Amino acid sequence: MENSIAVANRTDSPILQIKDLRTFFDTRDGTVRAVNGLSLELYAGETLCIVGESGCGKSVTAMTILGLLPKPPARIESGEILFEGADLLKLDERDMRAIRGNDISMIFQEPMTSLNPVLTIGRQISEVISLHQGVSDRAARARAIEMLDRVRVPDPHQRVNEYPHQLSGGMRQRAMIAMALSCNPKILIADEPSTALDVTIQAQILDLMRELRDDFGTSIILITHDLGVVAEMGERVLVMYAGGKVEEASVEELFHYPLHPYSEGLMTSIPRLNESLAGDGDRVRLQEIPGMVPSLIEKIPGCLFAPRCSYASEKCEAESPQLAEHRKQHYAACWESSNFAQRMESPTS
Amino acid sequence: MTSVSASGPENILSVRAVKKHFEVRKGLLAKKVGNVYAVDGVSFDIARGETLGLVGESGCGKSTVGRLILRLLDLTAGEVHLKGVNISELTRSEILPHRREMQMVFQDPYSSLNPKLSAGSLVSEPLRNFKQGTSAEIDQRVQMLFERVGFKREAMERYPHEFSGGQRQRLGIARALAVNPSLIVADEPVSALDVSVQAQVINLLIDLQEEFNLALLFISHDLAVVEHVSHRIAVMYVGKLVEITDTKTLFKNPLHPYTEALLSAVPVPDPRVIKKKIIIKGDVASPINPPSGCRFHTRCPHVMDRCRVEDPALQEMEAGHRVACHLHDPSGFTPSLKS
Repeated sequence: MENSIAVANRTDSPILQIKDLRTFFDTRDGTVRAVNGLSLELYAGETLCIVGESGCGKSVTAMTILGLLPKPPARIESGEILFEGADLLKLDERDMRAIRGNDISMIFQEPMTSLNPVLTIGRQISEVISLHQGVSDRAARARAIEMLDRVRVPDPHQRVNEYPHQLSGGMRQRAMIAMALSCNPKILIADEPSTALDVTIQAQILDLMRELRDDFGTSIILITHDLGVVAEMGERVLVMYAGGKVEEASVEELFHYPLHPYSEGLMTSIPRLNESLAGDGDRVRLQEIPGMVPSLIEKIPGCLFAPRCSYASEKCEAESPQLAEHRKQHYAACWESSNFAQRMESPTS
Repeated sequence: MTSVSASGPENILSVRAVKKHFEVRKGLLAKKVGNVYAVDGVSFDIARGETLGLVGESGCGKSTVGRLILRLLDLTAGEVHLKGVNISELTRSEILPHRREMQMVFQDPYSSLNPKLSAGSLVSEPLRNFKQGTSAEIDQRVQMLFERVGFKREAMERYPHEFSGGQRQRLGIARALAVNPSLIVADEPVSALDVSVQAQVINLLIDLQEEFNLALLFISHDLAVVEHVSHRIAVMYVGKLVEITDTKTLFKNPLHPYTEALLSAVPVPDPRVIKKKIIIKGDVASPINPPSGCRFHTRCPHVMDRCRVEDPALQEMEAGHRVACHLHDPSGFTPSLKS
């Protein structure tokens, strides 16, 4: 893929940069370290996937970028989120509002609950446009119809007057995308945009997102738990586990040379299509990752994945591994990663 | 069971032309304004020790089929035979002894377990309800089940909120297995679970099914999961079966255009695979006002005039491979799919 080469030779500066972000929640049971020391860079025009299981901190990261978390209980313990020279964490609500929906916008997993049920689709889209671009109501409405047409909603002139409940799940998600892209944002954050949809509708939405990314040149942060979506959509991937980044690489690198045991476990534990064709018709047992995701409240000294890891040693339980570059542009936070990387260099041994 | 089965001796379950129509009522007097044709003539068999996967998109009626089989819903038409006995016409009290034979595993492990019962009582409850042995025997069986699904004995004292999602689903499986049923209906048993624990539950289901020689109806929207657990797969679209065959054949040689589109739509977790996707247009048809003729004709890339008026019957193409599509009508003109 040309994309991964482009990533490797990147010299331009990132459009969005997160440095050592820690988002904590104070609860009655203790402090939940939802995001614990996350750094990432997003470059212009690329699709960065964040993959991980529920509770790994991927959605909290997105909400932190847009300043959508209620404080309290949320608390930004430390970190910087740099966008166009400004630290988003230091902006006040008024400045943040000028960025939200305009420079950075977001689409959510559940289009039914994220649209206002008592306003028409057209009103909701044109509200964003007139707020940020200061155009007349009529111009905003015309732009809303144009956007609905752009995301291939059939009969946009009629649909613009309909309420969310009158649309199907796929149509609602298209309306959400139309709204998110209506101000031509530089960054689109998509949090599980196709998870609540049926497979055939998911294919339509992913196809639409690919097309819009190429047309609008928007940088996308795509949050998902589905490795299939990552493989089809992403250029670079971050794998998150229990609030931290455990691996970062181009999509091709990650799928063929996973350097963190958790990433490797994820790849081998998912059922894949057409596996029945390879065998003699017998059902194939899946690889399991034993145990479960750790509590984010307890302080664990070593690697958070160690209790579930088949490679874990005493060192892993005592000392937390840092993210390091083990192959070109391929980072992993694991004491064993350099051994894995060496083995991949010399496959004969 | 002494009664002789009409549908072959090894079949644990035979479903014959079952229909379920829900009424749609509107207005002050709740006047009937139409029907939801949720399930509209579905037939299949499941043999002992066999897993049938039932796939389809949301609203296609797959969960309703599961509920009709267990008589959690009453049928509008059709018959369900469990071990040769027609259970679709039994009264509520007559059906009770048959309930032991069929158990269900639910999708949501959070809402399907009573939060006020300890794990031990949850699993022993069905045994006590059906009076399966003395209390010592029940205790012994519960212990065996706990070990079998991977819990320590101490776990019996704990309550559902102390378990994680994957553990709760294992508890739900232990509870379903307690009374030694012949048939288990599992409705999306892993879709609420995280990817890394899905594999644990899928493997457990496969192992237990083989060990207890269960007939398993595995309902899911996830084709990759269904492929892994099923011996045969049935594909549903808006209340009807469109294709049913063994797992390998379905993936190698899907005949219905909907099956083809469904298989092609699944994202493949391998960036090297460049798939030529069949992206079908439009939304799933509504079961309230299903399209005339073939219900898929509004989205089908191969639609013909005949499809708009004539409902295709589920016909056997090869042994065990049945398809409902005019493209594959053996009696009529069959144009090539690869045009």
